[in-house]
Amino acid sequence: MKSATLARLQAERAGKRPVVLLTRLSDGAQLLWPGDEMPAELVEASKAALGSEEAGNVTLGDEAWFIHPHNPPLRIIVVGAVHIAQAMAPMAAPLGFAMVVVDPRRAFASEERLPGISLSTDWPDEAMAALAPDARTAVVTLTHDPKLDDPALDAALKSEAFYIGALGSRRTHAKRVARLTELGHGAEAMGRIHAPVGLNIQAVTAPEIALSIMAEIVAARRGAALGAVRPIPGVTA
Amino acid sequence: MTQNDNAEDILAIAATWKAAGEDVAIATVVETWGSSPRPAGSRLAITKSGKLAGSVSGGCIEGAVADAARQSMVSGAPQLLDFGISDERAWEVGLSCGGKVKVFVEPLS
Repeated sequence: MKSATLARLQAERAGKRPVVLLTRLSDGAQLLWPGDEMPAELVEASKAALGSEEAGNVTLGDEAWFIHPHNPPLRIIVVGAVHIAQAMAPMAAPLGFAMVVVDPRRAFASEERLPGISLSTDWPDEAMAALAPDARTAVVTLTHDPKLDDPALDAALKSEAFYIGALGSRRTHAKRVARLTELGHGAEAMGRIHAPVGLNIQAVTAPEIALSIMAEIVAARRGAALGAVRPIPGVTA
Repeated sequence: MTQNDNAEDILAIAATWKAAGEDVAIATVVETWGSSPRPAGSRLAITKSGKLAGSVSGGCIEGAVADAARQSMVSGAPQLLDFGISDERAWEVGLSCGGKVKVFVEPLS
């Protein structure tokens, strides 16, 4: 690999843009998509590889090419540096997620409580603007406090976040739906919120709830039927 | 806890080594069959001085890949390596991987 190619590849990855490295196995010639000119077959193979997140080989003429997708990192933004967030923290990295915890209450959002996790003590609306959730981001609110949860959910609903979850009972969620509706979000937006958050595994303890949330996020990412949003009381999609 | 690919950026490590004046090669799993331990796209960075980061198997072929990488650093030419990890051989070295892998080795120029 040429150092210049490596630098371009790393610049795309640092900018959180999807990029594909294509290598001709006969001589090591390399191309990047998007960016470099290449036959349509290789463009199609690049797009497919980003979609499936799987590296593989394509034969063009009698030349074998290795198609290696590099998607931006998966992220989980958690609002509320609470006990459940602490239980989610050690699960995130092994599952392939960079986890960020937002909580303006400094007593909660401490390095001591969440070692190795990115912390933001900004107010959730400012934190969400800075973090800019995208289609590879999950957003989970855990504070139970509408002053903190609602601005984060409002921002998440305006983003392409692939998963939005909110802790709270069905009754709490019905009130939340009413508040978010007042902010201008319709039934379709409400249908994006997983609430009560997490797969129904009858979780009781914080680690069990963390497991149910992480499982639901993985299911949503992988497109499993389990990740389907449950019906919300008082809302017809 | 072992780091996964998402946590460990082998390309960044390779770039850092290169910037520090080391001779560096990158090995990438490009094809797998059977129960090979690391998926296509897994990377190993190697320096001529003997540093290793990442992995292309559960440990059974890293030595051979490093040898090939040193050849590539000298010749400047990439290589496509084929490893068939037979069950007998796997047991011999204390690994149960089985499977086969193809590994592309390229010098960082």
